Amino acid sequence: MNVALVKTDKSRTGSDVFALARARLPGTGNVAEARAQAFAIFERQGLPHRRVEEWKYTDLRALMREVLPLAGTPDAAALARAKAALASVAVEGASKLVLVDGMFAAALSDASTLEAGVSVQTLREALEAGKAELLETTASDPMLALNTALATDGVIVTVADGAKLSRPLQIVHIAVASKASRASRSHVVLGNGTQATLVETIVAADGAAGYQANDAITISVGDGAALSHVRLMRDAADATNITSALITVGAKSKLNMFNMTSGGSLSRLQGFITLAGEDSDLAINGVNLLRDKQHGDLTLVVDHAVPGCTSRENFRAVLDDRAHSVFQGRIIVKPDAQKTDGKMMTRALLLSDEAEADNKPELEIFADDVSCGHGATSGALDESLLFYLRARGLREKQAQALLIQAFVGEAIEAIDDEALRERVIDTAQAWLEARYHE
Amino acid sequence: MALLEIKNLQVRVEEREILHGLSLTVNEGEVHAIMGPNGSGKSTLSHVIAGKPGYEVTGGQILFKGDDLLEMEPDERAAKGVFLAFQYPVEIPGVATMNFLRTALNAQRKARGEDEFSTPDFLKKVREVAKSLNIPQDMLKRGVNVGFSGGEKKRNEVLQMALFEPSLCILDEMDSGLDIDALRVAADGVNALRSPERAMIVITHYQRLLNYIVPDFVHVMSKGRVVKSGDKELALELEASGYAQFEDAA
Repeated sequence: MNVALVKTDKSRTGSDVFALARARLPGTGNVAEARAQAFAIFERQGLPHRRVEEWKYTDLRALMREVLPLAGTPDAAALARAKAALASVAVEGASKLVLVDGMFAAALSDASTLEAGVSVQTLREALEAGKAELLETTASDPMLALNTALATDGVIVTVADGAKLSRPLQIVHIAVASKASRASRSHVVLGNGTQATLVETIVAADGAAGYQANDAITISVGDGAALSHVRLMRDAADATNITSALITVGAKSKLNMFNMTSGGSLSRLQGFITLAGEDSDLAINGVNLLRDKQHGDLTLVVDHAVPGCTSRENFRAVLDDRAHSVFQGRIIVKPDAQKTDGKMMTRALLLSDEAEADNKPELEIFADDVSCGHGATSGALDESLLFYLRARGLREKQAQALLIQAFVGEAIEAIDDEALRERVIDTAQAWLEARYHE
Repeated sequence: MALLEIKNLQVRVEEREILHGLSLTVNEGEVHAIMGPNGSGKSTLSHVIAGKPGYEVTGGQILFKGDDLLEMEPDERAAKGVFLAFQYPVEIPGVATMNFLRTALNAQRKARGEDEFSTPDFLKKVREVAKSLNIPQDMLKRGVNVGFSGGEKKRNEVLQMALFEPSLCILDEMDSGLDIDALRVAADGVNALRSPERAMIVITHYQRLLNYIVPDFVHVMSKGRVVKSGDKELALELEASGYAQFEDAA
């Protein structure tokens, strides 16, 4: 009995996966040592479960159960499938950096035609050159530790001081292999006085199913910089996607983030954002559009480490069927961070009696001259509004669609770039239309 | 054939019967006023005709252009020509008025098998109507009724009436919450829509509105029935004597 239990636990921790992959993961010496240490951290805890406070509502031990073996390096056929998927998601005019099963695909990317001030290297190259610091993290989390151990590739994008980019940078994640996992780690470093738009698009090639993504990205925003970050997660319907975003913002900067999750059967985006320079503004808007038995989790930890910053979090979930949405928002205000202004609002729209929304706002305030708050609502569509629209000739689903658009529209409006905003609206509309034609 | 024929209508809300056998016939081109004290069932009648959920019809019939109205969804009734001007038009944040108007108009046209309006034709039509009702363009850009005054909300209802060109307009307490100037603007808009093909049911508690929208027929409702019918003189009579005399008659 004991033996059987140990065996089960071992497969759950992914020990086999790490042992199998170890030899082909880039980097030796310090890099290999950093991986081994990270893996030891992961292995001690295993997949996080409901008794781990941060993962209470997203029990990976129950929902994910095991870590699948890492996907192999994509071959020509895989790249052809990825290319087909890329065509539908490429943002016009963007400099595309494409990761296929977590590995950089030079042939699909625009790395040779980047704007002045932008340079790109792959994580693989950097780790092979011994840059173990790229595996260091500012947050402690078991899935992030697993990502550190298994990080296969990714892109390192550097924007030189003062560069104001006219074209968006787009990182595209494409899953090709089925029943396999991936672990990419990317770094985006924006120098002082830079302006940029970063789009992350997460999709599956036709036929990719049952895969697990465990990605990480670190973003460093310099002083006096402005970054618009738009992430669209449209993974395959039976895929798992756990993404950790580690973000540091310098002084007098603006970071405007938007995430929309409409794909994946199990997903979590966990953002650890540190406001490290004074007088910066952070806005995070999020939309989850979930149906069937989809589980989508947005977990944000915003750390006001210095005085005078503002943060605004605004999250909207639209839940149909038996979908489950989780929002966890923690705002930490450090003792020195006076004049902090931090607010979060989360709203869930339940289109079915069986849908579930969990909201966990937390404020940890150690300074005394601050303005912080949070709010949460959840409920069905307003019957009186529905009747008004129907009395004007709109069919039931059409009336619902109009009200749902309005509900998510308040978060989507926050996207700076008009073309991107339209693209997000189109994605939301496609989701609604699929519902409408059921 | 009458445009609207209500026969012995009985309606319950939860366990309470609100309408106890109401009958009313409205022909094309006629304007009928329905008056009565609070709680007499006037608004219930308007809601049941428009198809608002929550009302249980336990007896009787409503025929509209000869078809059984009670069998239709609210949107089917709208497409067929029923328009309810709400007593309290709702605010719909995030849905731009223009987008709402175009979606609704084209949904009705599509349901009738007509071509949808092109954007330029639609815009032209809306601008014309809006101008005649004193509705500024910036109001059309806002969310539906969001931040509108009471008068603006009612004018927005009349705007929709003019745009959708229904064959039956039901005005539910159009005068509530309006000052005399706002009432006049809304009433002028309604009067402009009177035509030999279009009928109206004007529901009101007070005679005042009927100075502006002069009815062909006046019906007094009490306790869920029409207890007296007459011409416009009946409204003046009511103004003088009050509803008390009818409370007993019902």
